[in-house]
Order: sequence, then structure tokens, then C-alpha cells
Amino acid sequence: MIQATTKPEAQPAERESKPAFRGWTPSSSRLNPYVPPAFITLILVIGHLSFGILESYQKTMLAIVTSIVCELVLGRLLLNRWPNLASAYISGISVGILLRAPGYWPYVVCALLSITSKYVLRVNGRHIFNPSNFGICAMLFLASDAVATLSIQWGNNLAAMAVIWVLGSLIIWRARRFHICVTYVASFLLLSVVRAWLTGDPWLSEVSPITGPEYQLFIFFMITDPKTTVKSKLGQCIVAFSVAVVEMFFRLDQSIYAPLYALFCVGPVALLIEMARNSRQSALGSSNALTTNAVHS
Amino acid sequence: MKKVPIARILVTLFFVGLLMTPAIVRKYGSSHASSSGITLDRQTALARHGFYLEEVSRSAGIDFVHQAPTLDAKLAPIMPEVASMGASISIVDFDRDGWPDIYVTNSAEGSKNRLYRNMRDGTFKDVAEEMGIADVNQPGTGVSMGAVWGDYDNDGYEDLFLIKWGRPELFHNNGGKGFTRVSEQAGLPPWMNANTAVWFDYDGDGLLDLFVAGYYSEDVDLWHLKSTRMMPDSFEYANNGGRKYLFHNLGGGKFEEVSARLGINSRRWALASSAADLRGTGHPDLFVANDYGVSELYRYDGKRFNEVGEQAGVGFAPKSGMSVSFGDIFNQGKYSVYVSNISENGALIQGNNLWVPKEGTEGDATQYENLARDLGVELGGWSFGAQFGDLNNDGNLDLYVTDGYVSLDRSRSYWYDFTKIAGGNSSIIGDARDWPAMDGRSLSGYQQKHVWLNDGAGKFVDVAQAVGATDTYDGRAIAFADLWNNGALDVIEANQRGPLLVYKNTVSPENQWIEFELQGTNSNRSAIGAQVSLSWSGKRQIQSVSGGSGFSAQNDRRLHFGLGKNPHIEKAVIHWPSGKVQTLDSLNPDKLYFIEEPQ
Repeated sequence: MIQATTKPEAQPAERESKPAFRGWTPSSSRLNPYVPPAFITLILVIGHLSFGILESYQKTMLAIVTSIVCELVLGRLLLNRWPNLASAYISGISVGILLRAPGYWPYVVCALLSITSKYVLRVNGRHIFNPSNFGICAMLFLASDAVATLSIQWGNNLAAMAVIWVLGSLIIWRARRFHICVTYVASFLLLSVVRAWLTGDPWLSEVSPITGPEYQLFIFFMITDPKTTVKSKLGQCIVAFSVAVVEMFFRLDQSIYAPLYALFCVGPVALLIEMARNSRQSALGSSNALTTNAVHS
Repeated sequence: MKKVPIARILVTLFFVGLLMTPAIVRKYGSSHASSSGITLDRQTALARHGFYLEEVSRSAGIDFVHQAPTLDAKLAPIMPEVASMGASISIVDFDRDGWPDIYVTNSAEGSKNRLYRNMRDGTFKDVAEEMGIADVNQPGTGVSMGAVWGDYDNDGYEDLFLIKWGRPELFHNNGGKGFTRVSEQAGLPPWMNANTAVWFDYDGDGLLDLFVAGYYSEDVDLWHLKSTRMMPDSFEYANNGGRKYLFHNLGGGKFEEVSARLGINSRRWALASSAADLRGTGHPDLFVANDYGVSELYRYDGKRFNEVGEQAGVGFAPKSGMSVSFGDIFNQGKYSVYVSNISENGALIQGNNLWVPKEGTEGDATQYENLARDLGVELGGWSFGAQFGDLNNDGNLDLYVTDGYVSLDRSRSYWYDFTKIAGGNSSIIGDARDWPAMDGRSLSGYQQKHVWLNDGAGKFVDVAQAVGATDTYDGRAIAFADLWNNGALDVIEANQRGPLLVYKNTVSPENQWIEFELQGTNSNRSAIGAQVSLSWSGKRQIQSVSGGSGFSAQNDRRLHFGLGKNPHIEKAVIHWPSGKVQTLDSLNPDKLYFIEEPQ
């Protein structure tokens, strides 16, 4: 969906009641604004120092710089202001870590797609796709001969993974989004039993993906993204569960990139439903107010 | 305010352009350069590409079909994957009659290897049984994974080292009339699970030494597993593979294992290795391609091997290394290194590596950059064996890559389950019990081969289908040899659970050639490590005699140079492993020269 916003000057952050990672502001969060970018940088550093996860520094730097420059240009051009760059940094670094491609161009295109999607794919002034999820899925759909994702990378080492899980959980807790992660992980584990029963594969093989690095980034930086998740706590849990359910169907269809595709499908639909509910409630509110005024008058 | 809508339209158009970029890159990019998918007839192929390959194994009397091992029943659900190697080729003139012979390995318990003697009339006859090197896969001794030949005792006849998952074997060649098993006398260990070995004289003492690299750990008996926890503990950072061995030749048929003492301690899962003097220092370098991890480059400094893979740029990004071959692809007197990996659309795009020495770096400071994509040799499916050789005698080294992993049910793929398990924690991926069953599904099966023709101007074009390389078996080893002694490099391909293929090469006659068969005197008799630098018509190309290259393969020891049309040969300079340098003048094209190292 490509739609020009009716309120182009509206900053995504302005629509957040409880901002966390993207577009959040220091005054409205219990979390220092530099913690999430620092955390994803820490994941990168731990991963690289432990196992050398980066295929090349150049490619990761290319993705980060491309994201930041694109954010600066588009923010200035379309919003007439210098945007907060934490979001672009996280998108760039996510692309740099998650995308695996022998060439350089996919990192540039993916980073550009991620950032540009925020400014183009908007409904009522709000972008509806998680930027890096959109960029990576677009590349997987359109350039499957040139890119893959991190799914079978990283060191499969328990210690490094534990550090990331513990730190990530603490940070997410502070950001008041831990319930999303818990709901998703619990749903994934529950549904892994269902998948194992349906496919006859060893249960541990169904659990295996969530122990890998792709899921750490997916859980801490994609499904919790406040810009592309619904507002109510219950709604967020329902969306996290829905992502796991849709992912299960992708997995039963043997889709390698099931979690990314599931979020790609569920995220925007959830937001659109929320918007529709909100506008209906607003309309109802206005109607009630009019009725009340009429009665009083 | 009016600026915003225009800007938004432009940004939207930019966004649409971004979405179209992959299609544009695919259309105009270089990574898929291919002449066409159509098979050409012989005359058209000759006219267009300068050569034509014709598969002649049946008419040549070769009917070998490789049998895969059947390992412990606990591995049955994933047997096609774990028992996916063992088809190998090595070229040797075992009887010194001047005609290259072919040795191929089999991998089922009780199956027999074959030694195809070149009958000089275009046919081959299996003489392995009578020579005593056929029945080498007996139950309890493991099975063959490959073979490399080298004259370890300098008696003039090539001896055989048999690479096995099981008991490694050394066979002494008794003057081309038979072989004697000398494994115990040589001091070989009782068991290893190796897939690669290479003969080379690392210390230049005139005696061939032997490097052998393990894949599965040597304490694993794949037929009697104590535990199913024998799989790699990571898909890309595994460090629980087999150990490495460096057998220093002491003379008198005895070897001493010196790997740790000389700095080789890796436990990565090695699949391929090769050695050559990559730096021009007179010392050989050892390049090891590892599955589930980074490649390793060992440079010998005269006393020790130093692993410099990361520093040289080849050991940074972990992939699934499966083949190592060296080639002076730019005719600049420098070797590039080709390492094959895995690429599967929609699943995993590692890309093969073509490590080219960086401009301005040389000697110990030589660094490499991966130019596989730029030169068009990056995507080769689930690649295995690769070799450089001038297939059309135009003076530029071409590249032949075979591929295809497990070809079973064409309509069902194991890729999803493969990535599912491979991304997991070491405690899951490392245990075969946790791996989903393959259930007859293919994993990168039925893949077309790649014959990348070097245009001499920095591009390779895939002409496999056009020139007749049309098979889709699960290719493992590729070896080159001038089997008909007619100045054309023929291609021999070993396929897992498939037939041994012999592609006879017909080359356009206007392109000329020269070949050298070297024999050491002060250097090892096989002349392994000797390098010929040939200068002709303003070009210069180096090649060296190899004790093993590609995947589970060894090319003919003869060096074959294509020369193009009407060549003027200036000289050939031979750098012998002993350090001696010999210059040959007055050479003529279309001839095979037998050169003995001057005393």
C-alpha cells in the first residue's frame, strides 16, 4: 500500500503513548534514549568478537550509513526537520546483521527500502511496516538469488546467547514491552509442540530456530517496535501471539523466513484494525457528544 | 507547503525504483553471465567457444558407478546427507607408460575402488584388482573418500595414499606392477575420518611429506556410534571436527607426525586442501577449505606454519568451503585461489570465493580480495570440486565447477528443515538425533554444472550447456588430464551415487598448446611443487605440479598450457622445489616436453 499521508508533518513519535525504541523521546520513556542503539551495538560487538559474525565491516557500515543518510534526507525533505537518528541506526544495523549477501548493493538497497518505507507506506500519517522487516522481506521476495538472512549464522554458543537474552530482557522490561517478548516466546514454544506433533520431526528441531541469533534480533527489535505495534497491552500480546500462529503456518509450508514473513503480514493488519477501531470510537464519541449537546440544548 | 507533495511523489517514485532494482541488477549484473542454456552442436560450439566436450565413458570402457557408505543405523533419518561424500578421482601414470590412468574410489563397505589403465587407444581397463588396490573398503576398515599420488620414496613410481573415513592406507608402487600396503611401517594412525590430503615437500628436503585433514573427529567410528553427538556444533563456526596431520617424510618409508610442533592445530571440518608457493618465497603455502567455518591459510616460514587466513583476507567470513584450486587467471604470474561454497536461491547465498591477490601486496604481506562476483564465478549451486585449466587452449585458464548435493525426490526439498536445525544452539545442531528426517527429499539436487570460460579480459562466461557438459548428477570431484595425449584437457567427473563421467575434449585446432612432464632429481621425483613460468606472445602464465587439488581430486602431474593462435614461445622457467632454476629456450608448440631436473 502506497499512500500519501494526510498529515505529512506528523512525526511518528507524536502518536506514541508509551514510546520505546523507535522515535521515542527521553521524556516519555523510563529508558535512556541511547540504550536501544547501544544494545544492538552490543549484540553486534559480542557476536563479532566471539565469532566474527560480520561478513565484512564495510557491508555493515554501508547499511548503517545508508540508513542514516536516507533518514536525514527524507526527514528534512518531507518533514522539514532533522529527525532523531536512533531509529535509522537500529534499522541500518539490523540490515547489516540480518542480511547476508556476497555483493554490496543489497545492503544499500535494503537500507534504503527500510527507511523509505517509513515515509511512503503510511496510513493516516503512521507507517505500518517495521522498517527493517519490510526492507529484508522485500529483498527476500525480490532478490532471492542475491540475498539470504542470518538464519544459519552465528556461533550457536549458549554463553553469548544467554548474555544477549538477559540484557535484552532487562532493557525490554524497562521499555515496558517485556510482555510482548514473553507472549511471543511462550507462543512459539507452545506451537513448536504442535508443529512437532504435526510433522513428526524431533521437538528440539522445532525449538532450534529460536535459539539462534536471528530470533534475538527479531524478538528484541522487531516485534517490540512501538511504531508498528498496537497500543494496548492486551492488543500487543494478541499481536505477538498472532505472529507466532501465522509463523507456524509459514513453517508448516516450509518457509525458511517464516518469522519475518509472519510479522510482515500481521503487523500492518493489526495496526489497520487498531486504526479502524480508534476512528470508529472517535466517531462514536463525536456522535455521543453531539447527542448529549442536543439533549442539553 | 507546495513543496511537500512534489517531494512525496519523488520519494514514492524513488521507492518504486528501489523495488525494481533487484530485477535490474539480475538483468544487467555479471554474476549470472551465461552464453545460453542451449546445447550447441559440436561445430557450432567449436566455432563459438573453441572446444566441445563429449561424454564417452561407456565407449571408453568405463562403467563405474559410485556407491555411498551406509553408516550407523542411528543416522538413518539423515543418511543421504551424512553419507554424501566419497566419490573421488586422481590421475596418475602409475606404470609410467606415458599415458594418464584414472583411479576412482568407492565408498560402500565391501565395494571396490578402480584403477583404469589407459590402453592408449581411447579405452580403459580396470586393473585395480590385479594391482592390489581394489578391495580397500572391507568392513571394519572404513571406506574410501579420496586418493592422492606421490612418489614418497623417489623410486620413480607414484605411490598411493588412500584417504578414508576409517583406516588410512599407504600403498607402495612396485614398479608399476603392483602395490604393497605399507601403512603400519609408515606410521599412519589407526583411524581418522578425513576427506582431504595433499602431498608436498614443505621443507624442501627432496622427500614428499603428507598433509591430511580430518572431517569428523577421529574418535568417531561412523559405523558404530557411541553417541549421536558427532555433528558439527555450529553451521559456520564449528570447531569439533577432525584433527589435522602433517606427516614428515623421514626417508626409508617412515613418517613422523609433526602438525602440532609446526603450528597446525585446527579442528575445523576440513574438506579440501592444496599447496603451492603462493608468495613466491620458495616455501609452499597450504590452503585449507573448511566446511562449517572459515578457510585457513598456512604459510611456512622455513621452520613453522603460521595460520594467516584472517590477516590475508581469506579467513574472515565463514562459509562451507569444499574445494581449493589455484590458477594464474590473469596471466600475471600470481595465483588466485578458488574456494567453492553453497548458493541456493531463497535459502542460502554464500557465493563461491575467488581470492585474487590485491594489487600492491606481495610476499608475506600478500592479501586477497574476493572477486568472484566481479568476474562472474560466484554462484555455482551447492558447489563441490573445481579446477582451473585451459579447456580451449586460448591461453587463459578456465574454471570447471561441479555441484549438486543430494538428488532424491525432485519435487520435495529438505532445505527448510536444514536451515531450521542449522540455525540452532550447538546442543541441538550437534546431535544427529535432533535433525529432521530427510524422507527422500532432495537438498540442492539435480544441479547443472558450470564451465566458466575465461575471456582474458576479466570475465568468465558459463558455457557448460553449450559445450556439452549437461549432466546433473551429484558432482563431487573434477580432474583434468590429457587422456588421449592430443593436447586437449579432458574432464573426468566423479559423482556421488552416480557414474564416473569422462568428457573427451575436442579443441579448435588453430589454438595451440604445450605440455611439460617434470621429474625431480634433487627435488622429489614427482616434482610436486615445481613451478613452470611460461612466456609466449607477450603473455606469461605460471602453473605448478600439485599433490592434490579441488575436492577429493588430483589432476595429471603434467602441466598443460594453452597458447592461442600462432604463438611465439619465448621461454619456460622452471623453479624446482630444491631451489634450482632452469630456463628452457627453443620450445615449440603442440609438443609434450619431458624435463628432468638438472643435477
